[in-house]
Amino acid sequence: MALTEQPVIPDAPPAWISILKMLWRDKFAFCAALFLLLMILCAVFGPALLEGVATKQNLRGRNSPPFDFSQPWVMWLGGDALGRPLLARIIVAAQNTLMVATGAVICSMILGTTLGLIAGYSSKWASQVIMRLADVIMSFPSLLLAVIVLYMLAPSVGNLIVVLAITRIPVYLRTSRAEVLEVRERMFVQAAQVMGASTRRIVFRHILPVVFPTLVTIATLDFAFVMLAESSLSFLGIGIQPPEITWGLMVSQGRPYLTTAWWLSFWPGLAIILTTLSLNLLSNWMRTALDPVQRWRLDTPRKK
Amino acid sequence: MAEHLLEVRGLTVDFHTARGVVHAVRDVSWHLDRGECLAILGESGSGKSVSASAVMNLIDCPPGEIVSGEILFGGQDVLKMSDEARRQLNGKRIAMIFQDPLSHLNPVYTVGFQIEEMLTAHDTPKEQARARCMELLERVGIPDFRNKIDSYPHQFSGGQRQRIMIAMALALKPDILIADEPTTALDVTVQAQILALLEELQAETGMGLLLITHDLGVVAEVADRVVVMNSGQIVEAGSAADVYRSPKHPYTKKLIGAVPGSGEMAAPLDTGIKPMLEINRLTKHFGAFVALESASLTVLPGETVAIVGESGSGKSTLAKTLLRLEDATSGEALYQGRDLVTIDARELFALRREIQMVFQDPTQSLNPRMSVYDIVSEAFAIHPEILPKARWKDRVRGLLEQVGLEAGHMHRYPHQFSGGQRQRIAIARALALEPKLIVCDEAVSALDVSVQSQVIDLLTKLQQEMGLSYLFIAHDLPLVRDFAHRVVVMQGGRIVEQGPVAEIFDNPRKDYTRNLMAASLDPDPEVQAERRRAKRRMQEELA
Repeated sequence: MALTEQPVIPDAPPAWISILKMLWRDKFAFCAALFLLLMILCAVFGPALLEGVATKQNLRGRNSPPFDFSQPWVMWLGGDALGRPLLARIIVAAQNTLMVATGAVICSMILGTTLGLIAGYSSKWASQVIMRLADVIMSFPSLLLAVIVLYMLAPSVGNLIVVLAITRIPVYLRTSRAEVLEVRERMFVQAAQVMGASTRRIVFRHILPVVFPTLVTIATLDFAFVMLAESSLSFLGIGIQPPEITWGLMVSQGRPYLTTAWWLSFWPGLAIILTTLSLNLLSNWMRTALDPVQRWRLDTPRKK
Repeated sequence: MAEHLLEVRGLTVDFHTARGVVHAVRDVSWHLDRGECLAILGESGSGKSVSASAVMNLIDCPPGEIVSGEILFGGQDVLKMSDEARRQLNGKRIAMIFQDPLSHLNPVYTVGFQIEEMLTAHDTPKEQARARCMELLERVGIPDFRNKIDSYPHQFSGGQRQRIMIAMALALKPDILIADEPTTALDVTVQAQILALLEELQAETGMGLLLITHDLGVVAEVADRVVVMNSGQIVEAGSAADVYRSPKHPYTKKLIGAVPGSGEMAAPLDTGIKPMLEINRLTKHFGAFVALESASLTVLPGETVAIVGESGSGKSTLAKTLLRLEDATSGEALYQGRDLVTIDARELFALRREIQMVFQDPTQSLNPRMSVYDIVSEAFAIHPEILPKARWKDRVRGLLEQVGLEAGHMHRYPHQFSGGQRQRIAIARALALEPKLIVCDEAVSALDVSVQSQVIDLLTKLQQEMGLSYLFIAHDLPLVRDFAHRVVVMQGGRIVEQGPVAEIFDNPRKDYTRNLMAASLDPDPEVQAERRRAKRRMQEELA
């Protein structure tokens, strides 16, 4: 039969295998992914395992220096002003920190992008309303806004996420709107219109994939900003309150001791830096992996 | 041995890319004498621009690398000179103009400033620079140049911008002018003017003109000698007339054979058939600007109607209003009795299946982030009634084979194809909806001549197999002559003339149509020379 003689065209291999392969090609991104995985594990299991150790005071070990390997392993990074082990505290604090930062970044990204797509693709009137709203948020000092809102509402992780998310919305909104305005004039969007594609299809299938990598890059940069904003709110006493801990809070708690015990601020600071760095490396990789024109860089082994 | 003004000997340039070394040009040799015009003819990717870039020191190293060869200018090898010495040469002794003048003029400075800068950068005193600038603008034929000198680039038309670029290039009286596709982006009538200007200036100054082009017509019009390039190598060289009359290399033969405008013209279809599309007094205004005024035409089933005109003539607006990408101001477009201008969204959605469009530039009309399979099968996703999902893959395979691509290509992305292949993908996408009418908006303008003829052959084949109708928008008259049944000539938003193709080409009634015909270039140098003599006689009679 003629039909059976046709050569079978294999389907593209399952997505996750090619993703892992591409991740392995970029060694930096691979390390970054491993580090982030470790942080996520800390955040999920840390509090349950180390809560007790992390909050136990030990006044004899006040500001004990790091790298004293005769101590139990949780003290290897030193102790804080109340003699609590820093390593354990960093692991426990990962949960609050990552929850607030991830929550705020994802919320603001989703909200901002949605509003940006609407502003860029729908009527002029809706666009005007949304843009003026963004102007209002932007012209208001974000910390002041946070202070007012958190003064009225109880400071909790949930409220903190909401406040931080609201202040970061305009960044995504303006970027996605600007990109949408450009992409919607491209010819492949017109080609889709001629085929009769619905607005939803054009926005989600044709415009969003082009805009998305830019937004992810912004989101990873924003991650660090949100972590620091959260710590300054905590410092003002309206964010996360002790005995709850976050990395940002640990940095600000260590500030009075900077000259005598640098490690109090250094280790949590390092955790913030490494997390943001990993996110940046990973988003860089993702931008390449998502772009079919660039993808070959990850498909072929690099030659020297 | 007589010394040439510029001589390239055994030039080999490699580009190091991630996929290995690409030989951009291999062992290329040519020379240019004073007062002579040499054309380098080739299609995209043939390496025709590379040797000129090497002369101008425009090759980025890395990734480019000049492996061997020498470039002699006045007996000196420029490749051995210091960068500083070469900068003194560039602009002053060797000047260059480019295809797209808008992107090579700085939009935030006036043209006067930019020309003067060119002069002062090479040590002309400021007071003299202004006067010389006026002189140049007058010479290249900018009307009202005294006032226009302080205008910005966007205030000029495309042809005027190219004139300004020429003025800039000539500012320092160079010995050599390199023109890289100088008229490709221009309308035919403007192209003829620019080429005439270049010729005049060459005769006046006695400079050598190196013209890089893909257009045999341009070669026939201005070149004394021609060098034909294919995939990095010179395949043939000789006087323009000799190469056209008796090409020796198979590639040259193929290239000359592919030039449209010499075939049999199609006979008009029987007028007894009921038209499938009837456009009556269709009008589109953008504010006070009239883009389309009262256009009326009909398309029969299985017919190809070509719409020709220069840029701004309203031919694309016509296509866009027809497909409801723009809303018409007034008029009607009856497709099988239903008015495309007024039907509601639901009916329009159904009609989308019947009328499809192929766009000018396939690089832009295909979503770079979608695979070929996704692009073609999107038609089925939008109109699920065509095919159940299980059969999509077979159908995509069939469509790809129908347009001359391999079925194995369906998981690739658009950037992995050549321009001609991409246009085939775009055609496959249009065919997926099984349309009756395809609007081709300059569908082959961005393609090389030989690829152009392949795509036209494909369209003809599809028309015969499936009885498709085409509304074929183009600016290239010879192409239309071979392909269309009927021709509609547009100017300034209005239809000037329409009729069967033989009538329009053999017996044009309107002046505008005649001018358009006269301005389009014939690939035969002798025909072109004859036309020029006729033109000159006419001018002398007028004077």
